[in-house]
Amino acid sequence: MKLTFFITLAIGAVSAIFANSAAAQQLSGAGASFPAPLYQRWAVEYNKLHPNVQVNYQSVGSGAGVKQFTQGTVDFAASDAAMSDEEIEKVKQGVVMIPATAGSIVVAYNLPEVKDLKLSRDAYAGIFLGKITKWNDPAIAKDNPDVKLPDLPINVAFRSDGSGTTFVFTKHLSAISPDFADEVGTDKSVTWPAGAGGKGNEGVTALVKQAPGTIGYVEYGYAVNNGLSMASLQNKAGKFVKPTDESGAATLGHVEFPENLRIWPEDPAGDDDYPIATFTWLLLYKKYSDAAKLKALKEFITYGLTDGQKFSSELGYIPLPAAVVEKSKAALASVQ
Amino acid sequence: MQTDAPAIDQGGIKEFQKRPDVFRALCWLASAAAVATLAWIIFEIARQSAPAVHKFGLGFLTASKWVPNRSIFGVAPFLIGTATSSLIALIFALPLGLAIAIFLSEDFLPLPVRQFVRFTVEMLAAIPSVVYGLWGIFVVIPLVQAFGSWAVVAFKNIPVLNTIFAPPAYGNSMLTASLVLALMILPTITAISRSALVAVPGTLREGAYALGSTRWEAIFGVILPTAAPGIVAATILALGRAMGETMAVAMLIGNSSRLTWSLLSPAGTLAGLLANQFGEAEGLQVSSLMYAALLLVVLTLFVNIAGEAVLRYTQKQTAGIR
Repeated sequence: MKLTFFITLAIGAVSAIFANSAAAQQLSGAGASFPAPLYQRWAVEYNKLHPNVQVNYQSVGSGAGVKQFTQGTVDFAASDAAMSDEEIEKVKQGVVMIPATAGSIVVAYNLPEVKDLKLSRDAYAGIFLGKITKWNDPAIAKDNPDVKLPDLPINVAFRSDGSGTTFVFTKHLSAISPDFADEVGTDKSVTWPAGAGGKGNEGVTALVKQAPGTIGYVEYGYAVNNGLSMASLQNKAGKFVKPTDESGAATLGHVEFPENLRIWPEDPAGDDDYPIATFTWLLLYKKYSDAAKLKALKEFITYGLTDGQKFSSELGYIPLPAAVVEKSKAALASVQ
Repeated sequence: MQTDAPAIDQGGIKEFQKRPDVFRALCWLASAAAVATLAWIIFEIARQSAPAVHKFGLGFLTASKWVPNRSIFGVAPFLIGTATSSLIALIFALPLGLAIAIFLSEDFLPLPVRQFVRFTVEMLAAIPSVVYGLWGIFVVIPLVQAFGSWAVVAFKNIPVLNTIFAPPAYGNSMLTASLVLALMILPTITAISRSALVAVPGTLREGAYALGSTRWEAIFGVILPTAAPGIVAATILALGRAMGETMAVAMLIGNSSRLTWSLLSPAGTLAGLLANQFGEAEGLQVSSLMYAALLLVVLTLFVNIAGEAVLRYTQKQTAGIR
């Protein structure tokens, strides 16, 4: 008797789970790890408002996200490097790229005595090229007259895994330094002329924290959360700009979008623009066959572009400027 | 004298033997599946590495640049890094592991204490790789960093040493990775060497004592030489483990493809390269990584087969003495 009771109960529970999932609209996405905390937050908050919609975002990396998206195993993807024209050609339904959030990349350093380090364009390009090897090098000293720079070797820390962060950082360095473009170039993983590699933002953060004299590039949010010192970088206008929410937003507000919305502010020109900021994109198909899924997806992303932006600052992202939100919404409207 | 009972039994056994042996078939299937899986893995890696194999051939092994954005792929720095880190790990782990094995196979301490020490050392093998990596970050890196900062100054004018300990001194370096690897392979060396030492027949030991040798003379003159092939096998198997180790090494070695002589510089290994770059790789980079994986599989298989072969040979030898 007892056994039959339990079996009935089990069958009941299992069918209840299935019935529930049949009613709920599942949306699955995969891709970039950089915006993952924000997208996952959107998913949780959106689910509270709309319990029938469940969004599952897997942070597998931009490249893997694009692969899954091309194979059609996810409903949407996300990439820090958007999608190249060749990649777009492989998707027969067509692709819509929607800037969904943004972030800055900071140059973090470990010099306990030095609070405000200013790095000129020549200085930080030189450091990451391995040409400037001492902290008291004249190229660094001349912009920091009030600071006593130590006679320490510079240890460079870079990302050893392929990442959108490296892509954006090397894209910027290639734009400002012909030597860098020539010797290193732009990619998700490059061969750095100097330094040690850490896996992920956390790996680079650990490298920087461990040893005085280390310098590395990490996402703004990571640097803030871990209390790393961040250098002010010289922008195209010659001004030294601290990485902040405002200076990042200034950079992004000045971006002129092409029709496909795929652009990097490689070397922003405004006076108060922080030099290294980037959008990150949601990738959608142009056409969806399942009308219910399409509706849920559009509503979820609209939520992310509007209400969802309020989580950006606390998670270390830059909220999208209003003009960009309008462009993203227009792109979203074109999805059928 | 003849009884009926065995005859009946015989009939029963014959009857039984005629039936299909399901158990044996299942065992067959299971072992065939294990072999097939290995073959399948190697086949799949080889298949996917084909574009890179065609493009680079054997030059892949000697080319010293790995530049994904220029489609230049060569694994020499990673091959050298794999070999160097494993060998340095052995240099540290072999004397220590062997010493522990001798200590545990002799009766210096009461048996329960020896059992406890043995258990503890073998437990080192149960610690997950990523935990070794974290421990390395928080404990070994600061130590190596401090040692490195001292060493580059102290050895500045001493030839050879100033090349091996050349500035700048990094915490994430070949030395750090090798030290942690040494700890990771210690249980392998200890366990297998201890078995080899224990398997040395008691008569040999008694013979040595009877000829008037001290305990140390017996250990170094008789027991160690007899167990030598087993110790060699332990070393080779430990080498295989060190070469294939991924996570802890990727976290500690600094993952650089630059070639230097300095142990204080970041370096890279084949396994670390795969762990780092596979996620975001595309096109030729994927097949080059597969080529690197193929090399790693072939190398570790070769080393492990060699180790097993030596181990078997030893067991036969000592069986002969008995």
